[in-house]
Amino acid sequence: MTALLSLTAVSKRFRGLVAVDRVSFDVAEGALFAVIGPNGAGKTTLFNMIAGATIPDDGAIVFAGEPIGGLPADAVCRRGVARTFQLVRPFPALSVEDNVVVGALLHRRSVDAARDHARELLRRLDLFDKRRRRAATLTLPDRKRLEVARALATGPRLLLLDEVMAGLRPTETDRMVATLRELNRETGVTILLIEHVMRAVMALASRVLVLDHGVAIAEGAPEAIVRDPAVVQSYLGAETA
Amino acid sequence: MPFDVYLNVAVGGVLTGLVYGLMALGLSVIFGVVRVVNFAHGEMMSIAMFLAVVLFSAFHLDPLIMMVPIAAVLFVFGYVLQSGLINPFITRPEHSQFLLLVALAIIIVNVLLIIFGPDARTVQTAYAFDSFQLGPLLVDATKVYAGAAAIVFAALLFAFFRFTLIGTAIRACADNYTGALVVGLNVNRLYALTFGIGAACVGAAGAMMTLIVDVTPMIGPTYTLLAFVIVITGGLGSMPGALLGGILIGLTEALAGLLFTPSAKSMFAFGILVLVLLFRPQGILGKRPA
Amino acid sequence: MSTFAARLTADVSRRTMLWLGALFAALVVAPWVVNDYFVTVLILILYLAFTGQAWNIMMGFTGQLSLGHAIYAGLGAYVAAALFTRYGVAPWFGLLAAMPVAAACGAVIGFLAFRFGVTGVYFAILTIAFAEFARIGFDHLDIVNAAAGLFLPVAQYAHNDLWRLRGSPTMFYYVILAATIAAFVLCRLLITSRIGYFWLAIREDEEAARAVGIDTFRYKMYAVTISAAVTSFAGVFYAFFYNNLFPEQVFNISQSIQMILGPVIGGVGTLFGPILGAFVLTSLAESLNSALTAMGLDLPGAEQVFYGVCLLVVVAALPEGIWPWLAQRFGIKDAAS
Repeated sequence: MTALLSLTAVSKRFRGLVAVDRVSFDVAEGALFAVIGPNGAGKTTLFNMIAGATIPDDGAIVFAGEPIGGLPADAVCRRGVARTFQLVRPFPALSVEDNVVVGALLHRRSVDAARDHARELLRRLDLFDKRRRRAATLTLPDRKRLEVARALATGPRLLLLDEVMAGLRPTETDRMVATLRELNRETGVTILLIEHVMRAVMALASRVLVLDHGVAIAEGAPEAIVRDPAVVQSYLGAETA
Repeated sequence: MPFDVYLNVAVGGVLTGLVYGLMALGLSVIFGVVRVVNFAHGEMMSIAMFLAVVLFSAFHLDPLIMMVPIAAVLFVFGYVLQSGLINPFITRPEHSQFLLLVALAIIIVNVLLIIFGPDARTVQTAYAFDSFQLGPLLVDATKVYAGAAAIVFAALLFAFFRFTLIGTAIRACADNYTGALVVGLNVNRLYALTFGIGAACVGAAGAMMTLIVDVTPMIGPTYTLLAFVIVITGGLGSMPGALLGGILIGLTEALAGLLFTPSAKSMFAFGILVLVLLFRPQGILGKRPA
Repeated sequence: MSTFAARLTADVSRRTMLWLGALFAALVVAPWVVNDYFVTVLILILYLAFTGQAWNIMMGFTGQLSLGHAIYAGLGAYVAAALFTRYGVAPWFGLLAAMPVAAACGAVIGFLAFRFGVTGVYFAILTIAFAEFARIGFDHLDIVNAAAGLFLPVAQYAHNDLWRLRGSPTMFYYVILAATIAAFVLCRLLITSRIGYFWLAIREDEEAARAVGIDTFRYKMYAVTISAAVTSFAGVFYAFFYNNLFPEQVFNISQSIQMILGPVIGGVGTLFGPILGAFVLTSLAESLNSALTAMGLDLPGAEQVFYGVCLLVVVAALPEGIWPWLAQRFGIKDAAS
């Protein structure tokens, strides 16, 4: 079966610094795939290239059989790849509900239909009761859930989550993990996440890619990765749940 | 048209451009450090111009000599303005600051209108009709003096920023706001000081400008726009860029006025602005990408 | 048709509807109750409310600060007036020509700015530059009489000619009233529609908007062109009401600034803001003028100083504008805030 997302020798340089160095990997449809690595490893750059925020210098990024490398962010989203941001960016003055409606309107013409879909997602992500509040008034965990809801509203086949657990307490992390697992199970949405919080990675991911200094140094099941000597060496201090 | 005419007009344009450059220098200093887009810049200059006019008509004091006191007055004005009104706006969204200064500009222009009326005022010094002759060159004495004064003032300003302690402190603020705070610099005071210095530049430029043009309250906005064109063309954040931009604009204005009609000369300035904004937004000597 | 009405009134409380109804009734009967001078003042208020509403589409909904909006009104005015004086084309047809011209101008400015990433203050400066360009350009354009001004033949207004927009102030009043209401309805429809949601998203966070699949370039272009086209009607109205056009006045930056005063003071991005701002500002300004005249003072520029001070006070103290503050006090919700 061909992978949903396929990267081949993707590279990115910033004025002499090689941020991502010929990284290749495949993400199967329906997978829960995590990308980990120490700070500065190039994870966010990799993400940005997939999401269309940055243009790759070399290599190919293929999604659902179509090349998407170099396409602008909105085009990538229309193809079915949605993302969240490391530093959450909800639409502050809009209500929680309206935030998600914006996402839902991507593939729906009618505002009413979009609103119905938005409400459904808000219920799933436990934000329905707060739907009339302004997004700027939410707590951090809620804003993260809002971003996930908004991204999901665009109807993606692939969801890119950028450190969505950062700043969450362990109980909130577990809750988010449960929600994501449920989403993956019920809707089949493929999830590719960057994570530092190993607790979440171990609980969630079926496959892990490790980056260090822009290079992919290991790939495999979480248990194997965690014991891989190369990984341990580069990523000392990794907390295993 | 004979080459002489072009040359004379061009030289005149360059000299006027030096004064423009000084005015724009003030704007560049303010923006480069305090990061405020001073939309009342030209209006501040018109205050200086009216001061010069009043001092001349009342006491026959030459604007070039009055340049220093007028600059001082504008310095105080700028200092007070920054610390009193603008400082709380540093953290507000960009367009908020901008609108604040737009409001100020409107107030200044119309207060001047109320006080002085719409008619043009001029300053006719004793040497108003003199000119210097250098081979084929025939240049207005007023322009030569104004241009020279602009160079002197700009040089002093460069020296200030380069060699004095305060100047260095100000440059530190511009480079790294938090860093400046961390090493204990009183950033608010330095901001106010910088705004004052920028205003002083405008004050001096205004005094010089009265030798070259007629003064009405309505020229304020024109000079504000001109200052922006110059600063953006020369490069935001670059002091030499402001002078270079000024010379360039002064030159193109003068030649355009000669080749086409005088009243269309600002169109060229705007044309240049549009081109710069589109193709090289950091300007000719700009350091930071826009 | 029923969904149209439903969309218009969704989420609006009965209280708001009552207030709106009362306001509407008051405005409709006004010319019978007050004298011609007040009608003229009301025309000015509505004109500002209209242009403010049109400008708001760009700034309030999409977050693009335009300080050169006079260019669209000016183009509208000149196109319609020129067609009328030269070829006898009625203003309503002239409008059909004026709107595409203004929209095209907006498209050019928008394209240049958005394609090349000119945003924020730089965008504002760009719009000013274009307006100034137009001002100086038209000053030299002989087809429309350049700086000497374009004059429309003035007929006596004993006889109202709606088709050719010649008539009494009362006729003009109803025209601008209808237009303002239409603009209000249009904005309400836009903001509650898909395009409105996308605009708000762009205003709030353009990059995040792109991340949810919004083609921000396209939607910003829509905003600019629609705003420009709507504003051009104001220009047509201006031309036929005042019957003279001078580039110096029509494209002047002070016109552009006057257009934004209503929304900024009333509340950028809200539906009622521009209207409220226009009312408050103009009524106060007129009172000031009357007071000054009563005192025997003739201070040209006093009105502008007043506007400047109002703008200053609002930006400093009530940055969201008067309307959001009022709405909170009275518990009225606005669709776009």
